[in-house]
Amino acid sequence: MSENRSGTPISRRELLSRIGQSAGAAMLYQSMSALGFAAESTYAGPINLSGAPRGASVLVLGAGMAGLVAAYELRRAGYKVTVLEYNQRAGGRSWTLRGGDEYTELGGYRQRCEFDQGHYFNPGPWRIPYHHRAMLDYAKRFNVPLESFTQVNYNAYVHSRNAFGGKPQRFRQMHADFHGHVAELLGKAVNRGQLDAEVNAEDREKLLEALRTFGFLDKEYRYRKSEFAGEGRGYDRDPGGGLDSRPVNSEPLPLGDLVQSRVWQAFRPSYVYDLQPSLFQPVGGMDRIAMAIYRDVAPLVQFGAKVVRIGQDERGVEVAYVDARRGGPPRTNRADWCVCTIPLSILSQIELTVSEPMAAAIQAVPYETSIKIGLQFKRRFWEEDERIYGGISYTDLPIGMIGYPMSGQNAPGKGVLLGAYAWGTNSYELTALEPEQRVRAAVEFGARIHPQYPAEFENGISVAWHRVPFVNGCFARWSDNAREKHYEDLCQIDGRIVLAGEHASRLRAWQEGAVLSALDAIGRLHQRAIAMRAEQV
Amino acid sequence: MYTTSRRGRAWHALLARRGIRVLLTVLALAPLCGRAEDLPQFSNPGTLADRGHFVQRDGAALYRAICQGCHMPDARGARGAGMYPALAANPKLASAAYPALTVLQGRRGMPAFAENLSDEQVAEVVNYVRSHFDNRFTDSVTPDDVARLRASSAAASR
Repeated sequence: MSENRSGTPISRRELLSRIGQSAGAAMLYQSMSALGFAAESTYAGPINLSGAPRGASVLVLGAGMAGLVAAYELRRAGYKVTVLEYNQRAGGRSWTLRGGDEYTELGGYRQRCEFDQGHYFNPGPWRIPYHHRAMLDYAKRFNVPLESFTQVNYNAYVHSRNAFGGKPQRFRQMHADFHGHVAELLGKAVNRGQLDAEVNAEDREKLLEALRTFGFLDKEYRYRKSEFAGEGRGYDRDPGGGLDSRPVNSEPLPLGDLVQSRVWQAFRPSYVYDLQPSLFQPVGGMDRIAMAIYRDVAPLVQFGAKVVRIGQDERGVEVAYVDARRGGPPRTNRADWCVCTIPLSILSQIELTVSEPMAAAIQAVPYETSIKIGLQFKRRFWEEDERIYGGISYTDLPIGMIGYPMSGQNAPGKGVLLGAYAWGTNSYELTALEPEQRVRAAVEFGARIHPQYPAEFENGISVAWHRVPFVNGCFARWSDNAREKHYEDLCQIDGRIVLAGEHASRLRAWQEGAVLSALDAIGRLHQRAIAMRAEQV
Repeated sequence: MYTTSRRGRAWHALLARRGIRVLLTVLALAPLCGRAEDLPQFSNPGTLADRGHFVQRDGAALYRAICQGCHMPDARGARGAGMYPALAANPKLASAAYPALTVLQGRRGMPAFAENLSDEQVAEVVNYVRSHFDNRFTDSVTPDDVARLRASSAAASR
């Protein structure tokens, strides 16, 4: 409750409603954030740009999420919009590979996706957190059905080469045991009075009670093999029905092994804000949202256009591009304004007329390495044999993780796994292999977690992001230094050009960042276009 | 343009012809440490927080594990919407400090490798590139040189 000047309490709702009436939606939104509502996203609902100057034109470079949203909203506002896209498809990194798709990476290595119909693999983004409200809103506005994306599966594995004899352990057991042991240690410290300076007598009892519940501890605050501990970690044999139905309790893993193996690192994705449930995926593949927006703006989009020069003067922008496949002499396209969503890894190589600070910002950001490998198997053995329905197993093998399909669960027939999603050193190493070798490595390493791999494997396809011809990397790897020094320069409107994309956001690598950046860019561009036209009149 | 390796194609063809039995045999023949005959050595995994250290020691192995991902196995670079420069027959490599600094601190879209490679590894891979792929520079860079470059670039790190 807040209080007004007369001392009468007013509710937050009432306060917000007053602010909303007097100051409009943007102020309402800021106030909501300050009061603890709506802190999860800066998306403030559908953008409403009205009153585009008559005849004003915008050239949008790139038809990924940022470019598509910019094109769609600017055209709705009345601008004459043209989109140039390097690929022969829309979506950019919001991309899904399905059976029959062909993909040629840099260096000319060609792959054909051999998945059966209905199966797919998202080489780029694959999940949408519940607080990515712009992405969810565009999915809703374009009638793209979503389904649940399972981030945490307690029955999936955590695997370390150097722990537990290299045998994968269930996330459930690792998680329960780690928390059980930590609760026991803390309980000991409290009971020995070692935390009396920090915990007063009143809180002490409550804390001990919490530790018992949280860690499945016995009456002596010990974490031991017991039916109670089984409520967390499960049993060697589950409780059943009828005569011989008693559960067989299971033995916790020792704390030393859990700590030494660093398997606790795998818990982190289960509780970081970005990955907390609920998460979603579009039914049928991540590209469904981009494709739905694309259908609306398709007549505006020219594919196969490789931008080679972006120039501007006081009257407008001029962009030169060549045929991406055949080359030849450049053609030019003029417009009043330009929204450029080309990734910085590419844009830094294009001749560009912008101010010195923006040029420096464009040059300042390296692009991250990452690789994903999709594998098709004859049967869904992870479900049939191991009861793993969706979610992710983590490993310190070079494949990084195994992601289980979130759809088609418990159905007979084939399945496609995310057989690798690697970062850092292993991503560079896998990228440097030929595509067949990558798939082979994924099968070989994955077999140490699922021995069924060799017998059930059918085919696979890999996307190593540094080899992807339209982006030369996965996403902008902003350092804190570079962000401090260059980010604001990157996001300015420079004459008649504004940049957008995940690289112009603080939600790195997320589609939400691309969309929010596009909405922010076109909002500011629209204001400037109106102001400039007013000056001219 | 590259085509996939003969070995890779053969593996695929074998799989297609004789199915899984062949794969099982290949796996059974692979050493227990998990490296099949032509799969290279892998480093400990990196993460976004800790990017890990490469285990390869000599210049050729480092080139094959890292550089060729972008600059390609023959060091001729690649071209798409943008490009990766050729390292082959590249006069910009005349001063060893240039490639050494580039490896340490990155350049434009290229990430820095200072955290992932020791001074010895940087010297190895730079010397390898400068003496292969139609580059015939006879001088070489030492780990001490790299250490000095690392110290001077640390202040200006991105």
